Amino acid sequence: MSDKIVKGLNITKEYNGVPVVKNIDFWVKKNQFLTILGPSGCGKTTTLRMIAGFETPTTGQLFFEGKDITNTPPYMRQINTVFQKYALFPHMNIYENIAFGLRINKLNEKEIASKVSKMLELVNLSGFEKRSIHSLSGGQQQRIAIARALVNEPKVLLLDEPLGALDLKLRKEMQIELKNMQRELGITFVYVTHDQEEALTMSDKIIIMNHGEIQQIGSPTDIYNEPENAFVADFIGESNILEGIMIRDYLVQFAERDFTCVDKGFGDNTPIEVVIRPEDIKLVAPEEGLLKGIVKSVVFKGVHYEMLVKEADRTWMIHSTTMEQEGTHVGLMLTPDDIHIMSKEG
Amino acid sequence: MLKKLASGPYLFWIAMFIIVPILMILFFSMVTVESDGSYTFTVSNYVRAFDPIYVTVLLRSLKIAVQATLICLVLGYPMAMILAKMDPRYRTTAVMLFVVPMWMNFLLRTYAWMTILGKNGVLNGILSFFGLPQMTFLYSEGAVLLGMVYNFLPFMVLPIYTVLMKMDKSLIEAAEDLGGNKKTVFTKVVLPLSLPGILSGVSMVFMPAVSTFVISNLLYGGQYMLVGNLIEQQFLVVNDWHFGSAVAMILMLLILVSMAVMNKLGGSGVEEKGVNLW
Repeated sequence: MSDKIVKGLNITKEYNGVPVVKNIDFWVKKNQFLTILGPSGCGKTTTLRMIAGFETPTTGQLFFEGKDITNTPPYMRQINTVFQKYALFPHMNIYENIAFGLRINKLNEKEIASKVSKMLELVNLSGFEKRSIHSLSGGQQQRIAIARALVNEPKVLLLDEPLGALDLKLRKEMQIELKNMQRELGITFVYVTHDQEEALTMSDKIIIMNHGEIQQIGSPTDIYNEPENAFVADFIGESNILEGIMIRDYLVQFAERDFTCVDKGFGDNTPIEVVIRPEDIKLVAPEEGLLKGIVKSVVFKGVHYEMLVKEADRTWMIHSTTMEQEGTHVGLMLTPDDIHIMSKEG
Repeated sequence: MLKKLASGPYLFWIAMFIIVPILMILFFSMVTVESDGSYTFTVSNYVRAFDPIYVTVLLRSLKIAVQATLICLVLGYPMAMILAKMDPRYRTTAVMLFVVPMWMNFLLRTYAWMTILGKNGVLNGILSFFGLPQMTFLYSEGAVLLGMVYNFLPFMVLPIYTVLMKMDKSLIEAAEDLGGNKKTVFTKVVLPLSLPGILSGVSMVFMPAVSTFVISNLLYGGQYMLVGNLIEQQFLVVNDWHFGSAVAMILMLLILVSMAVMNKLGGSGVEEKGVNLW
């Protein structure tokens, strides 16, 4: 038996003939924190709902621990979900909400009580048993929703943009808490979000989707440093994307210049795209730079300044902690490590 | 200040057409007219209302109203569920079809049942066509019950339908996700959350059912069948406004008490999400 707990094979989902998810293959390893990342409407939530069982794939197969669960109803899957808007039962108090799944599994009252209080402890809401869910803040409701799902000891926990409705500070705290929970409990998490920073912070592996197709699967570092196409590069952080030609291995031409790089295997004289992260470009004196330009605008972003530099007919985005005045002539410095090559789309 | 001024006409309306008439009925119910035209205070009208004849009428009214309400609930809940689950493209039409009969005059609709159930009516026509003996459908308790269910069913379906439509679908998914099969999801989540709709529907059917006199007049005949008929007869035929008022007050009290009981039932934890049409 492999350690792939969930596996999707050639999965397509159509609504009234319109494909939302197009022939995707993916797998989730045991105890992995997998994030499905993409803009709204990319099919990430539909994919999650198929894993949960709320939607049935139009074609393709879904496996759970090696068994085909394509047509298994949600209540027969050892998978639980944390919903985007929490979906707590308004007619039950917190205790009853968390105990819902346990009661269905016919546990005795003593076991239920001990499991519920253990869960409340885990989400830092001990003593909230008798409270009504209406008396809770959004963050607290989210914790209850997580507790309600985790108390059933699912093998896989699905989370559908669970932090979307929380404010920034709370979101950051919850990101760390969720990650810790996942490590401690050893449960596989499948997390859906459109927030690239969230994905990079929490995940072991990221699946990037767009228009119902998988764009790239990889670890956060892989995806950030080696985006496979312009969409991924653009979606994960900001970047400068340029047309270029791979002259031969380790030598690339763009911006009317040859640069040494660390990539190979694209073939000689192949048109490619080059991704350069704004924070990788260093501003130096004009005569020291590989490229020369003029600072067009400066915006303070908190930790860094975002500067747009006009070079020939191109505009470069540069992030730096030091600022250059608008109108200053500057040089752009790049090292081979900073240049990422992607094969051209289409 | 402006708010106070703007509410003036409504307050006047409420006072003139709701509070004053109720007080008048209350007054009529507690007096008798002497031969010289003066009023004397008395409780005899109320005492008379507890005569076994009238108590029987009252109890019969309650029984039929409860029966009609239960039948409407049993028929109406699944109907509301079917409507709520329908493809949105056809749903509007289906709901319309439900409402359209209500645009027709209430009397006409009940008359229509007379021609269906009557001695030479449609039903007996069908029976005799197949060589079966004629039957009496009209002028029976069953006919009155049928008339009530037919007329008041939409009032049960619509509030339940509204609640079911407004219900957050992710709650149902959450219940399925936590291991609930279809039956569990219904009994543990859908039914308790639709309770406000059920209570609205029950009140909206029970109240007109317990006080109607038109349906029983047409489908049962002109006897003291229901408490509504009793009141109507006292005012229009017997001309004893005082006794009629006393019975009307008792009926009002009865409805008030049943409403209070209903509110109590519905008040347990769902009031914040409740959709109450009343």
